[in-house]
Amino acid sequence: MTPLAFTLIVFFAAIGAGGLGSLLGLGGGIIIIPVLTLLLKIDIRYAIGASIVSVIATSSGAAAAYVRERMTNLRLAMLLEVATTTGALTGAFVAGHLAVRWLYLIFGLVMAYSALAMFCNRHPLSATVVSHDRLADRLRLHDSYFDEAAGIEVSYRVTHTRLGFVLMYIAGVVSGLLGIGSGALKVPAMDLAMRLPIKVSTATSNFMIGVTAAASAGVYFARGDIDPFVAAPVAAGVLLGATIGSRLLSKLHSKRIRSVFVIVLMWVAVQMLWKGMR
Amino acid sequence: MSAESQCLDMRKVHLVETVISHLLRFGVILSLAVVICGTVVSFIHHPEYLWSSPALQRLTTPGAVFPQTVSGVWHGVGKFEGQSIVLAGLLLLVATPVVRVAVSVLAFVYQKDRIFTLITLVVLGLLLLSFVLGKAEG
Repeated sequence: MTPLAFTLIVFFAAIGAGGLGSLLGLGGGIIIIPVLTLLLKIDIRYAIGASIVSVIATSSGAAAAYVRERMTNLRLAMLLEVATTTGALTGAFVAGHLAVRWLYLIFGLVMAYSALAMFCNRHPLSATVVSHDRLADRLRLHDSYFDEAAGIEVSYRVTHTRLGFVLMYIAGVVSGLLGIGSGALKVPAMDLAMRLPIKVSTATSNFMIGVTAAASAGVYFARGDIDPFVAAPVAAGVLLGATIGSRLLSKLHSKRIRSVFVIVLMWVAVQMLWKGMR
Repeated sequence: MSAESQCLDMRKVHLVETVISHLLRFGVILSLAVVICGTVVSFIHHPEYLWSSPALQRLTTPGAVFPQTVSGVWHGVGKFEGQSIVLAGLLLLVATPVVRVAVSVLAFVYQKDRIFTLITLVVLGLLLLSFVLGKAEG
């Protein structure tokens, strides 16, 4: 393959990964890494380095829209970013000292989990929770957002701040270790543990993903894992794909389409695990 | 807090949110433009990339040679090297969320919110630490 052909193939593959990722509500990173490693035989460290940069691009691109719509809880995001960036630094640091086979194994497991989590229906929890979380009171984390569908301002209260903080650290470690946004871990931490409305959880998670990724990107860059030749088409492609995907239709709701994808993603996860075990 | 001052407070917050939002979009667009320029420059400087397969091996297998420090990238950009320009664009992209956090520090200082100024400073410190940490082990 010539460098030109490689750049074009990676670029179009990244558009596909970004588009699919945004349609399924997963990030582009979790899809582009297997494409780069399994199909294009790129070293997984370069794949991770390229992916982490694309994660920043999509997060910053999407965060801009979410912030304007006032869905993001900025104060909560800032507080939890202390946990996610610490986690990301831990993850990125550990990744450099871990044998490549472990990266494949962990990636396979996280991918399988994310695919299942995406597939399972999330029932919206009762919106109003009585919060006895004094930390959340002191830090004034409670907020409200404008629900366009209902046409009203919805106030909500934050609870279990400490538990959320710990879960965010774990999400940060996974993000730093594998070069993915790990939104599949961040959203449930806010939605299930801290009882935030799902729209706020998604927007806030997306907002935090960029900052988290920036922390590990610094480590990857200094280590020489961000190969410009791989990262350039990946970053440009994933961002373009995610932009197209989010405009194409809001989300893929059809159960049948989602079940096809969940099977494909599980199969890819098994391939990654297999590569780690050999 | 009076209703009036609370209203003013909200307006300040919205202003900050709008600034952040524009900043993020501008950063992403600018950095990708630089990345694309760098890629084009790479191909112009190395016409063999259009037909040579061994060149790809050199570029994408472990041990590939490209700058790994900010000063190295800066130096390469000065010499108009494609790969360095690409990396400069990617670094700009990585910097977008960092600048975003820095703006938030100022916003919290402006709101006289001591706890959150401190929290945001910690996040900023961790982000800056990442570059040092990666370099220290290399």
